[in-house]
Amino acid sequence: MAEYEAVIGLEVHVELKTASKAFCGCSTAFGAAPNTHICPVCLGLPGVLPVINRKMVDYALKVALALNCRIAPHCKFDRKNYYYPDLPKNYQISQYDLPLATDGYLEVEVDGRRRRIGIIRVHMEEDAGKLIHEGEALNPGAYSLVDLNRTGVPLLEIVSAPDIHSPEEAYAYLTSLKAILQYLDVSDCKMEEGSLRCDANISVRPRGSEVLGTKTELKNMNSFRALQRALAYEIERQSEILARGGRIKQETRAWDESRGVTVSLRGKEEAHDYRYFPEPDLVPLAIGEDWINRIREELPELPAERRRRFQEQYGLPPYDAAVLTASKSMADYFEACLGHYREAKTVSNWLMGDFSRLLNAHGLEPEQAPVRPQDLAELLTLIDEGTISGKIAKTVFEEMFLTGKKARTVVEEKGLVQISDEAAVLAVVEEVLAAHPGPAADYRAGKEKALGFLVGQVMKATRGKANPALVNKLLKERLE
Amino acid sequence: MDLLFRPAHELHRLLRRREVGARELAEAFLARLDAVEDKVKAFVTVTRKLALEQAAAIEVRLARGEELSPLAGLPLALKDNLCTRGLRTTCSSRMLAEWVPPYSATVVERLAEAGMVLVGKTNMDEFAMGSSTENSAFFPTRNPWDLERVPGGSSGGSAAAVAAGEVVYALGSDTGGSIRQPASFCGVVGLKPTYGLVSRYGLVAFASSLDQIGPLTRDVTDCALVLQAIAGHDPRDSTSAPVPVPDYVAALGDGRLAGLKIGVPKEYFPPGIEPGVRQAVERALGYLEEAGARCEETSLPHTPYALPAYYLVAPAEASSNLARYDGVQYGYRTEAEDLRQMYRRTRRLGFGAEVKRRIMLGTYALSAGYYDAYYLKALKVRRLIKEDFDRAFGRFAVLVTPTSPTVAFRLGEKIADPLAMYLSDLFTIPVNMAGLPGLSVPCGFSNGLPVGLQIIGPPFSEALLLRVGYAVEQAAGCAGRWPALEVGSDG
Amino acid sequence: MVIISREEVEHVAWLARLELTEEEKEAYTHQLNAILDFMQQLNELDTTNVEPMAHVLPLVNVLREDEVKPGLPHEEALAGAPDQDRGQFRVPKIV
Repeated sequence: MAEYEAVIGLEVHVELKTASKAFCGCSTAFGAAPNTHICPVCLGLPGVLPVINRKMVDYALKVALALNCRIAPHCKFDRKNYYYPDLPKNYQISQYDLPLATDGYLEVEVDGRRRRIGIIRVHMEEDAGKLIHEGEALNPGAYSLVDLNRTGVPLLEIVSAPDIHSPEEAYAYLTSLKAILQYLDVSDCKMEEGSLRCDANISVRPRGSEVLGTKTELKNMNSFRALQRALAYEIERQSEILARGGRIKQETRAWDESRGVTVSLRGKEEAHDYRYFPEPDLVPLAIGEDWINRIREELPELPAERRRRFQEQYGLPPYDAAVLTASKSMADYFEACLGHYREAKTVSNWLMGDFSRLLNAHGLEPEQAPVRPQDLAELLTLIDEGTISGKIAKTVFEEMFLTGKKARTVVEEKGLVQISDEAAVLAVVEEVLAAHPGPAADYRAGKEKALGFLVGQVMKATRGKANPALVNKLLKERLE
Repeated sequence: MDLLFRPAHELHRLLRRREVGARELAEAFLARLDAVEDKVKAFVTVTRKLALEQAAAIEVRLARGEELSPLAGLPLALKDNLCTRGLRTTCSSRMLAEWVPPYSATVVERLAEAGMVLVGKTNMDEFAMGSSTENSAFFPTRNPWDLERVPGGSSGGSAAAVAAGEVVYALGSDTGGSIRQPASFCGVVGLKPTYGLVSRYGLVAFASSLDQIGPLTRDVTDCALVLQAIAGHDPRDSTSAPVPVPDYVAALGDGRLAGLKIGVPKEYFPPGIEPGVRQAVERALGYLEEAGARCEETSLPHTPYALPAYYLVAPAEASSNLARYDGVQYGYRTEAEDLRQMYRRTRRLGFGAEVKRRIMLGTYALSAGYYDAYYLKALKVRRLIKEDFDRAFGRFAVLVTPTSPTVAFRLGEKIADPLAMYLSDLFTIPVNMAGLPGLSVPCGFSNGLPVGLQIIGPPFSEALLLRVGYAVEQAAGCAGRWPALEVGSDG
Repeated sequence: MVIISREEVEHVAWLARLELTEEEKEAYTHQLNAILDFMQQLNELDTTNVEPMAHVLPLVNVLREDEVKPGLPHEEALAGAPDQDRGQFRVPKIV
């Protein structure tokens, strides 16, 4: 489908991790029993009034600044009116024509090329509650249950420009955005808990065309991978229709993860008329230079800056710097290791290799790893000291990760200390040479490869513990 | 001792001097209520037991020799759109007929701290939408001056309860005249405070940018006392103004208004105004001049546009505020096959005709394609109305007008013609649109029915309004004249 | 003059989730037309350069600190619910 180009815009909703809700004092803690974090205000009882959580605005400003946005000197909240049982007031407090921030951008890297994706707007709103569809066996979906614990949790909506042209770019955009949000420490960004959600608008057009095609809106993607797959599917679907001379229907489609297709939500949605108007219960926000400067000063080092610093300060290759800084906790872990061990590239190799593999296998974040940075540093020091070989170190590391024991403890308990005693290694070398006269003769005859076999035999006999450098040296001496 | 019809400040003195007990007082008012309520129908809920308990608590405090706040122990009524924890709050709607709030409005908490003795919750036009209290889902309230006439609305129950001597004072709410117009019709004092002076937290919203809670009292001094108790910043209301609250009673003065410049906007004396109302108001202007004020005609040219603009802004906000009544979390519900049916049928049966009419109007005014022509246009006109007042207050300390173009009209007279009903609030609506304070003070009678004088001031000028109102009250001599309401066969 | 048609009245009633009887549709069409006709006088005013006024008070930045306050006890929060199940509000099926 190379003749068609995709035009994609992403709408990300992210829950801000304030302690209390956007407009009332209820806790935002996840996982409480249904309807236990609610009060008259978020329940939308008659007579209640909202009051803006200052931290929500502070967090929103952090995100807006990190996304290089223009902060509106005056903004306001509006009511978005629609009926749904997870929305107790039947209107959502949101921002319509005067959002908090506009005109920003985010830099992403795909296939080694850096691109700027525009940010159209960033605005604040309140989250809705949770619906569970239930029913009896004979009458499925006969009723739904409403839990309002999430109602009123502050949300940020971040709308990208239609600057994204491939599923890979979309993935990269989301990854970068998530990294920024995590660096700012304003959201948990957990898709599985719904604290980060993403909808996509997508159209295709003949490559080279300037005219936008008819778009569809994609919903129900529950992971970054799902989003990537849904976009890939939709590009193919739309391109095929156009190639056949058909027309795209403007509609909302849901991603069906199990079948790997998008399906039309036609008929399930009525024409919306949200009847936005200024929220009369809240007064406007006037965000002056002082406020913006205070937030700017609070901004931490962001992924892009940290990546540059990792290259300059630690001499890491660009690839390593990018991988390590993509997640704040990984970058933090890396720098914590360097507090105990100097070789940055060695640490980087371990983190990108075995450490990442084990984290993924156990579904852990770096800060949750049973191996602490100082423990990894100790392991690396043991290698440098010649106490263990690099190969043995991998075994030790895995054991550390599984048991939480320190490197030295694992090495001692398992008797993995490297044999560097020359006499002891020489005895084994003699045994091996006696047992394998053939390869010894081959080596003497000029077949360098035979040495490898002999080293292997010595290592095998010592169960990997012989110092490999010493084995090499002694074998060569004996074969001269 | 005849305790009924005495103002709060007198009753407070009697209580303090132990010339009357709090229980005796509560019992006297409850007895009066028993005698007249069948005729007046001012109450949706009577809280006899609560009132006696609260009175007993005041007795204990009196016995201990505690210093009582000026309102402590004085029987009062609350409009039934003010949330009272544990006590049903109906808004005179089928939708909330059984709803018991789990929290109390800020004003209710403040009155409770001041030693509230609550006699009951008063009838109103459903969700405060109306000018006659005929839009109550339960029953209409009667005007104590003439039981065939309406008490005004929407705070008709509160005004009637005060006028009938069932309580010493009451709270109402005013979105387009709902305190002042019934105060005028019932011959009591009614104040709509500056938007932001009194917390709206716990007032069931009609139109959020216009609603204010205020007192309905026997005289201007009582009005000052009640305002004192309920005014002031509330962190739970974002539109609550962080302004200092002056001593309103101290500001009443001695009835003299030397040199005070008063504007009389000519737009408030249209040809259609009832002659008796015009005469009473003109007499009141004379009293003001005698008190030393200088009255001068002025103009607020955008006045005629306030009513149409109001009937776009208020219904638009109402359509959203009342969207929450859907049968899910609380209130009335009709069972149905599916959610949409449930929503639509619940709202059809839960709301009365006027509420639905305004929801329809407001929904239309905000809907796609009409927002600019109606809602946005109305917000622009709203600014023009406000600017009229700003200009006038550059020249005048206050403005005076009739509160309503007519005296109390007959039950059923306007109920079939929404527009005619809306015109009853012609003179009060501009004040809400501009967020200003407006005080209605009885200034005379027309054919035996009370006429109210409206005094309008700049934002937060309540102390001045009360001072002017006090001067009118002293000169007009209306205070102390109460409806006969013949009770029993031997009258 | 017809400002709002019967079809529009039906659409508005749908937006507002109000079920209307045939008589009500008729009555509201009539009444809303009368009221909207009355509103037309606003068009006499040139408001081209007038800022809309949504708030009468010149307040801005009314904020609260991010502090958790106790909410409603679970039972009290559900006390007014017309229908509930396992601590949740229950609604008929959403189609």
